[in-house]
Amino acid sequence: MEEIKLMKGNEAVAEAAIRCGCDGYFGYPITPQSEILETLMALEPWKTTGMVVLQAESETASINMVYGGAGCGKKVMTSSSSPGISLMQEGLSYIAGAELPCVVVNVTRGGPGLGTIQPSQADYFQTVKGGGHGDYKLITLAPASVQEMADHTVLAFDLAFKYRNPVMVLSDGIIGQMMEKVQLPPYQPRLTDEQVREKCPWATTGKHGRKQQNVITSLELRSEEMEKINNRLQEKYNQVEQNEVRFEEYFCDDAEYLITAFGSCARICQKTIEILRSEGIKAGLLRPITLYPFPTEAIAKFAKQVKGILSVELNAGQMVEDVRLAVNGVTPVEFYGRQGGMTPTPDEVVKALKSKLIK
Amino acid sequence: MTLEEIIKPENQVYGKTPLLTETPMHYCPGCSHGVVHKLIAEVIEEMNIADKTVGIAPVGCAVFAYNYIDIDWQEAAHGRAPALATAAKRLNPENCVFTYQGDGDLAAIGTAETIHACNRGENIAIFFINNGIYGMTGGQMAPTTLEGMKTATCPNGRDVSMEGYPLKISEMLALLDGTCYVTRQAVHTAASTVRAKKAIRKALENSMASKGTSIVEVVSTCNSGWKMTPHQANKWMVENMFPAYPLGDIKDR
Repeated sequence: MEEIKLMKGNEAVAEAAIRCGCDGYFGYPITPQSEILETLMALEPWKTTGMVVLQAESETASINMVYGGAGCGKKVMTSSSSPGISLMQEGLSYIAGAELPCVVVNVTRGGPGLGTIQPSQADYFQTVKGGGHGDYKLITLAPASVQEMADHTVLAFDLAFKYRNPVMVLSDGIIGQMMEKVQLPPYQPRLTDEQVREKCPWATTGKHGRKQQNVITSLELRSEEMEKINNRLQEKYNQVEQNEVRFEEYFCDDAEYLITAFGSCARICQKTIEILRSEGIKAGLLRPITLYPFPTEAIAKFAKQVKGILSVELNAGQMVEDVRLAVNGVTPVEFYGRQGGMTPTPDEVVKALKSKLIK
Repeated sequence: MTLEEIIKPENQVYGKTPLLTETPMHYCPGCSHGVVHKLIAEVIEEMNIADKTVGIAPVGCAVFAYNYIDIDWQEAAHGRAPALATAAKRLNPENCVFTYQGDGDLAAIGTAETIHACNRGENIAIFFINNGIYGMTGGQMAPTTLEGMKTATCPNGRDVSMEGYPLKISEMLALLDGTCYVTRQAVHTAASTVRAKKAIRKALENSMASKGTSIVEVVSTCNSGWKMTPHQANKWMVENMFPAYPLGDIKDR
């Protein structure tokens, strides 16, 4: 029973959230992602699945409502765009520190500051390198289609609960706003209270006969104990890095030149690869699907095969730093990007690759 | 009667509620927090709701409240407790959810979360300790610091022309349609403690009856921050805090 619909990326997030048994969404309007909250409010899932949907007074409140809900073992999420995500950094650090599962969707726009409402990938550093205070990691998924907006919403919850860690879906204004065909995920019922208590024995559900109290906190004033917590977090991130790397190869097998690009930019670069191939230039595209954990090994492997790598991004050059770390000097790594909400054409990327790598 | 005989259980006329843990409280002698903790624990025990109560702890002196009352707790970021409580209550509406916050947490950094949770009429109870000072960080000026009152960040006394006026946030919250019960209490005498306990009970009952948001402000001493003995602090509170923050119900509907 395939159910295929034509919808915006933002709408797909809302539909997928309801269908995968999300318990609560807390959000605040900001362009270009307001359709997520609008769609949820229009669909009124509290009448069907019982999902709570609430418009908060700020992004700060949204992420802290997510903290409160996640602390109860519930499947909760929020969404925003770049300036709003900046406001959430405190909360994300607390959520990572308290080891709570949650999903945050960032439909990125150009910055810094109020910037523009047009698409951008300039929040890469903020997302994969921290953003809030302290040593923590956000598992980061980068959808490149409306289909992946739906799929990654579901996957993000699975990963969030698997690792008790916040998961960011790092989208952008193109993916959020464009309409494509999407096959929506099947309905999963929300967990019952009993199931939540069983699945999340750490959650503040009320003790309900449990002997020990449950406490959700990121506070530990004894340094020797805090270091143990830090070490435990790092061990978890090591597990994430071993198990959860996801990427897509496009004509990489015989590639002499490699483009690395994620999200909407990777869609543009697919066309670039086709143009280059039609001209007899063996180019391939490696699209990281997880930005953290980053496909370091795959890029290191291709570094030995290709004559050069071009990282193409909607920013001033952020992911290219991780590409260079992976390549470790084995082959030249160049960057091409557009900023401020501008997007490159496939031909523009063709020219950039030729001028920077083939010469 | 020897000491051993006196402390035999059958000779004790007063004991702590079992909901209070054995952990020694870190609060300074004379501080009001310990009394308010005890009252909350007793009310939860008497209402028989310990199994379905979730507390939200603040950042401030009460950050370790979860070490003292044996229920489920979440420790919030500074000022955000009402946002956590909003979700905790909406996602588990059969549970009893309360926040425990100080004046800096509730009336400065968390003002927006406080006002909007109250305005939405979240079915939570908010216990608000107002001692006019930041206790944990070492006695800095709070929004509720009295005019002329000396703190670490207004060492010559609060100058309202520079630092604004003591914030009467409970009166503000009483104006909101979402609040059902706003009261100001104290715990400096046996009689006031009995009244404060009744207020705490009413707030938790309102929460369980889905009547809206209840706020119990407790005008409190911070003798360490005020640099007074516990006895002096109580006297100073009566003479100076009570005129600015008069006790009694502000709203009850």
